Amino acid sequence: MYENPDGVMIGLEVHVQLNKLKTKVFCGCSTDYHNDPPNSHVCPVCLGLPGSLPVINRKAVEAAIKIGLALNCKVEEHTQFYRKNYYYPDLPKGFQITQYDFPISSGGYIMIEGEDGEHRVGITRAHMEEDPGRLVHEGTIDKSKYTLIDYNRSGMALIEIVSDPDMRSPKEARRYLDKLRNILEYLDIFDGDLEGALRVDANISIMGGQRAEIKNISSHKGAERALLFEIVRQKNVLRRGGVVVQETRHFDEAREITLSMRSKEEAHDYRYFPEPDLVPLKISGWAPAIKEMLPELPDARRMRFVEQYGIMDDHAKALTSERKVAIFYEEVAKIADPKISAVWICDVLKGELNYRDLTIEAFRKEDMLSVIELLMSKKITEDGAVDIIRTLLDKGGSPEEIVKEKGLLKVEGDIVSTAAEEAIKENPVAVSDFKAGKEKALNSLVGSVMKKTKGRADARAAREILLGKLG
Amino acid sequence: MITKKDLEHIGWLSRLELSEEDREKYTPKLNSVLDYFGELDKADTGGVEPSYHVMPMSNVFREDVPIASLSQEEALSNAPKNQDGFIKAPRMM
Ligand SMILES: [Zn+2]
Repeated sequence: MYENPDGVMIGLEVHVQLNKLKTKVFCGCSTDYHNDPPNSHVCPVCLGLPGSLPVINRKAVEAAIKIGLALNCKVEEHTQFYRKNYYYPDLPKGFQITQYDFPISSGGYIMIEGEDGEHRVGITRAHMEEDPGRLVHEGTIDKSKYTLIDYNRSGMALIEIVSDPDMRSPKEARRYLDKLRNILEYLDIFDGDLEGALRVDANISIMGGQRAEIKNISSHKGAERALLFEIVRQKNVLRRGGVVVQETRHFDEAREITLSMRSKEEAHDYRYFPEPDLVPLKISGWAPAIKEMLPELPDARRMRFVEQYGIMDDHAKALTSERKVAIFYEEVAKIADPKISAVWICDVLKGELNYRDLTIEAFRKEDMLSVIELLMSKKITEDGAVDIIRTLLDKGGSPEEIVKEKGLLKVEGDIVSTAAEEAIKENPVAVSDFKAGKEKALNSLVGSVMKKTKGRADARAAREILLGKLG
Repeated sequence: MITKKDLEHIGWLSRLELSEEDREKYTPKLNSVLDYFGELDKADTGGVEPSYHVMPMSNVFREDVPIASLSQEEALSNAPKNQDGFIKAPRMM
């Protein structure tokens, strides 16, 4: 049971851009602007020109329902849009079209791996809105004289997912973000690798203070860092007898600190009112059919992997925590032994990829199959297999070539045997220690055998041969 | 009841600069609008379904099919200033 000594409460607002749609949410402008010049994917609607009328994208509504259902939310009977009024150059109209008291879905939850095992995080609501434009500042934000605006992003469909304040540590916040992104990728409604695909605001309070809202968090790691800083800051304020006031703070990613953004605008100053140009939606009737079509989600796939392939739950969890890895695994396990595949993908490949900051796309499934085949046919050792995987990631090539170049083919038993005899002869102290009951002394003998065979012996086989000769 | 201070704040939110004369003039006007809503509030709406929107319609959609956007030149033609394809605005902070 996690004690949560500081009474930390964290809630997250995650903005997900539906960048796999072909068009924006209220106009027919293409969403494929990421490699195009600024202001080249805009029209009277997303520029907010007078007389233009928004019409909602049916696919965006379907995606919103998919997300709601995947987060165990209720899809509401009646949903409608509001104008949130404020002046900032990223909003050409002077207001953002969003939702207010009738969001499309609400009241859900997801399960994350918490500080003390499975932990439930409530989803307050998931609502639809339009993305503002992108602002670029020359030099740093506080020194530039001008703001440069690109409205290509303006009007992109966003889903804002608001959680309950159920996370009790920055680590849980990060796990929540990882899980959420994973679910969204399973739904195939957004590409998390595109710039601005997922943006986070965090609300955090500790016992005895009010909550701070932290903006400008651009990564999961950033969220964890910003929250860690914020807990220390709030604790220091309280310890000095101060008051933690409710405010909005800006995360400075480079310095890993949060800064107060004094703002005159309060929530009620947004003067929300119903968007007269968009009629209400009554789409809860779509939910059953969409639910039927939902893909298998991470938790369900994890359970299936355990049942179908007989692998450990830890492996199933690791394999399903990224959709692309799960697909990679299933393709390998179709041909190779599923348990061995799980071990090598989870325990070796994933680690080597993480270490190099690479994704699963950096490794071919054919190469994984070759490595497993070489291992299963006892042509290479486990150390040799790791070496092949590392070399493939660092230099490329094919497993067969690497085996040849590096001479990784397993050495014959008699060579190991000779090496073991030599090792015993040359290390009388280790031998007598071992015979006196110090089992660890065997390790140095194994090490000696590995050295003599230049690492090509199988460590486990060397150990057995040594035991045979010593016994 | 709207005070002169409220009016100033509302003006600020809308980026309107209000002179002392404006404030004198508009404060009572806005209050009379509010009073009228007070009148409306007196109507008995007990048995009436609430309406959330001015249009008695729902479910109007567009298919997810791209149409041509404006050219960058057209898009920038209304902007007082631009630079490298961006619209250029005074810095806000
Ligand atoms: Zn447009």
